[in-house]
Amino acid sequence: MAEQAPTFQYATRAQQDDASALGMWTFLATEVLFFGALLAGYSAYRITHPAEFAEAARHTRIVLGAANTAILLTSSAFMAMAVEMTGAGRRRAAAFCLAITAALGIGFMLIKGWEYSLEYGEQLVPGLDFDVDRYGGIAELFFLFYFFATGVHALHLTIGIAMVGGLAIRSASADPPKAISVRMIGLYWHFVDVVWIFLFPLIYLVGRNA
Amino acid sequence: MRGLPFWPARAGPYAGQWDGLFIGLLIVAFLTAGLVVFLLILYAARYRHDSKADRSNRTKKSWRFEVSWTVASLFIFVLLGLWGAHLFVKLYQPPKDALQIFVVGKQWMWKAQHPGGQREINELHVPAGRDVRLVMASQDVIHSFFIPALRIKQDVVPGRYETLWFRADRPGRYHLFCAEYCGTDHARMGGWVTVMTPRDFGRWLTDQGGQPSLALQGAALFRRYGCSGCHGPGGAVRAPPLEGVFGGPVPLSDGSVVIADERYIRDSILTPKAQVAAGYQPIMPSFAGQIGEDDLAKLVAYIESLGPEKPKG
Amino acid sequence: MHGAGTENYLNAETSLRSWLLTTDHKRIALLYFASITFFFFVGGLAAGLIRLQLITPYGGLVGADTYNRLFTMHGIIMVWFFLIPSIPTTLGNFMVPMMIGARDLAFPRLNLTSWYLYIAGGLITLSALLLGGVDTGWTFYEPLSTAYANGYVVLAVLGIFIAGFSSVLTGLNFIVTIHKLRAPGLIWYRLPVFIWSTYATSLILVLATPVLAMTLLMLAAERLLHVGIFDPALGGDPLLFQHMFWFYSHPAVYIMILPSMGVISEIVPCFSRKNLFGYKFVVWCSIAIAAIGFLVWGHHMFVSGQSLYASLVFSFLSYAVAVPSAIKVFNWIATMHKGWIRFDAPMLYAFGFIGLFTVGGLTGLFLAALAVDVHVTDTYFVVAHFHYIMVGGAVMGYFGGLHYWWPKITGRLYPEYWARFTAILTFFGFNLTFFPQFILGTLGMPRRYQVYPPEFQIWHVLSSAGASILAVGYALPIFYLGWSIVRGKRAPADPWRATGLEWLTRSPPPPHNFAAAPEVLRGPYCYDEEGNALPQAAHG
Repeated sequence: MAEQAPTFQYATRAQQDDASALGMWTFLATEVLFFGALLAGYSAYRITHPAEFAEAARHTRIVLGAANTAILLTSSAFMAMAVEMTGAGRRRAAAFCLAITAALGIGFMLIKGWEYSLEYGEQLVPGLDFDVDRYGGIAELFFLFYFFATGVHALHLTIGIAMVGGLAIRSASADPPKAISVRMIGLYWHFVDVVWIFLFPLIYLVGRNA
Repeated sequence: MRGLPFWPARAGPYAGQWDGLFIGLLIVAFLTAGLVVFLLILYAARYRHDSKADRSNRTKKSWRFEVSWTVASLFIFVLLGLWGAHLFVKLYQPPKDALQIFVVGKQWMWKAQHPGGQREINELHVPAGRDVRLVMASQDVIHSFFIPALRIKQDVVPGRYETLWFRADRPGRYHLFCAEYCGTDHARMGGWVTVMTPRDFGRWLTDQGGQPSLALQGAALFRRYGCSGCHGPGGAVRAPPLEGVFGGPVPLSDGSVVIADERYIRDSILTPKAQVAAGYQPIMPSFAGQIGEDDLAKLVAYIESLGPEKPKG
Repeated sequence: MHGAGTENYLNAETSLRSWLLTTDHKRIALLYFASITFFFFVGGLAAGLIRLQLITPYGGLVGADTYNRLFTMHGIIMVWFFLIPSIPTTLGNFMVPMMIGARDLAFPRLNLTSWYLYIAGGLITLSALLLGGVDTGWTFYEPLSTAYANGYVVLAVLGIFIAGFSSVLTGLNFIVTIHKLRAPGLIWYRLPVFIWSTYATSLILVLATPVLAMTLLMLAAERLLHVGIFDPALGGDPLLFQHMFWFYSHPAVYIMILPSMGVISEIVPCFSRKNLFGYKFVVWCSIAIAAIGFLVWGHHMFVSGQSLYASLVFSFLSYAVAVPSAIKVFNWIATMHKGWIRFDAPMLYAFGFIGLFTVGGLTGLFLAALAVDVHVTDTYFVVAHFHYIMVGGAVMGYFGGLHYWWPKITGRLYPEYWARFTAILTFFGFNLTFFPQFILGTLGMPRRYQVYPPEFQIWHVLSSAGASILAVGYALPIFYLGWSIVRGKRAPADPWRATGLEWLTRSPPPPHNFAAAPEVLRGPYCYDEEGNALPQAAHG
């Protein structure tokens, strides 16, 4: 592949790519603190109300959560392959891997949506239909954090699916994306995956050690 | 001094110690600021661009200066910090036999209840020369109980008791403020603290009329809310007896031990399942939302009166 | 007037479209300059009404609810829509690429996006404040802000949330630019202190702002859904809100003051014709302030009911963060020793900064002393303290930098005597406004009071009198700087005979700053024994 010219403020394409990558890493640092604040709040309440949080956590659906963990981990593997394929110039393989990644992301969202609807049916959604008399006020707090954390995560994933889907289409077209674009979106995708790796044990597993 | 007030009134011994620290800080601040301003003016005058002052032998090596003023600042700062901390810690060590007054903050007034059952609003009468301990609660938002003449202040966060103690020794009327912004009439949420000689204070207490003491009112509430049904003698359900509990250690079902202070008693009424006494079932219902802060204060005072160390009043 | 050889970023294109869709960091800096000036005067108007109200102890100008909305508006506008963006987005946006010899920021389109986000956030918050106002105070303390306050809390919070994105993207842009776009030969220890300060500020912007964003999201959720995250009536903990809020809002103070310190570190060597004393110490003090600044938030909560041990630790760390600030002050003064000092307006602002920042810093020592804080926290002592830092410090630095770089930005010289007069007037007006407030606070006058005991009146009257002088000091630059754009003398490339790369190009600079990247030969602030400048790179 011929080296593309950098935009005017850069001397070389490599310098521009470095800058893009550093920009993404810096953005992810912001994201870490964004989710970090949420998890800090969650942890503070888990420490002050351990029994209630454990009890509430048993109302989550561990099978669906575990399935989603597996799906997201697999998608990250395909994303990593897509980055490698793009770097090696294998556009069709890259397009395939990206399509699988996006599809797995959609799968995750479908399962998550199903899970949400089941929880709605059990009157577990704070602000909509939470049954305080049945579950208790602290359980409502737990489920608020649950919906907040998984909701913000799902929002991030949706953005990721849109970007990866776009990359997949462009990889298959006559105007393939730059390797650095795939690498950056790959970083983002892995980050969203890592957030889930933290959410899954904190939310689903915490109440199940007994 | 009336025309141009510079210094807050001083109503107790702690205010005197505080003033000492404040003056110490003022001296450090004036010396430092004086040095900075002196050097600025000196250099500005001597080394203005058209002056003929000698500029040879400029200081090149900077690290000796850097290290010396770093160490000097750090040393002074640590000393000031320790002094401030030393006084601060005293605020966390209430004396044992203090007169205990319950205070409730709500938008936009302070309500006080004396052990003898006397109540007042936006006023607080206390005897001079005697330690006073306030047990404070808020009914709505965060307020802050502030008596400038005593140099003390404590935020009152809803959902928990906060305590504050002081000793006033100069009779007089002093400002009482709410210092944490609490909504529309925040600026009017305050009044007066009246420090009286013990004799005047005794007379004032009698003048308030003969109502039953706070603990006695609490005993009545203890029956009315049905507490005595379980905690009383011969109760139908096995519940811990409350005689002698206050002020001592309580072993909990999760193995830990807490001291039964006002905050623990209050929490046990509102969130009984959070800290269950060892050997008992978590069957007590929560009274959250059913008992107001005024009544809670009376119940706590009653349970306190059952303790080995009765609060004096 | 303009031949082909004098094309610059201002006259290269002139349509409105070319301004609103520009990706030139210099034009975006001017867009920000116009917007923050607007917000500065909106916030200032609220401050003026507050000072008017407090002339008499019994209120009378406005009612309690209006007064509460006024100080809330003053705080929100000044903190998030003036002070935090002030230096970074205007002087920083303009000067960071120029001072490192770059042709633009790393991500020019992102830079424009930041401005639009800032405007969107600003308009949303402003609409909330004008529709009916918010009466929570800028701190949004729970549970007042969710369960009790009236007004458009969610809308105001949404605007701040969006403006937060603008902060993060600006910080990100600076970090990447400073890492990746430095001119050849410009190693880290040759960077001007203003660049280091902007870098330290950007770290805080990127790492602290998201915590505020999440905290405000939770607050909005609590208010909309009536579920207790922080409300104790529903099982939440209001102190957690304070912890999360101050985890951002204390470092935010350093977002305001660090860039200003950077500006002073540029001005003092230039007008002393001498190398900055202890360059490496000053640089690492900026980084240390940014780092330790993350660990002192609990000193806002000494009387809140947090544990005694937490308070002791936060008190100690607060003293620790004061040390690097003290070091900087000593280094600026040492820089003047045996220099060739000139008293142009930027230097007068720098003198003002050093004096006022010293007072602000020293009164910070009072507040960090736990027992003293108990009495003076939430009183006018605190109000005076943080105004000495944020207005006496940050805003003085902002005006100093604005005058210093005005010839570069506009290509015109400002009228020197008007500027000197204004600098001195501002200094006196400021002290008259805020010094009485230290005395008020010591006497026990709580903040956010619209009526007060009559014995405090004399100090309030003095303060209000000072505020009227201060208002003149802040309004004057509009006139004489505005005049200078039309009638001012044309500025040469390097009117101050300074050393930085930004002075190598024409004033105003051409669209891409430099024809070719300058070859940097030496560190910043090199002057010989007679005070002659040795520029960082040869004129190209």
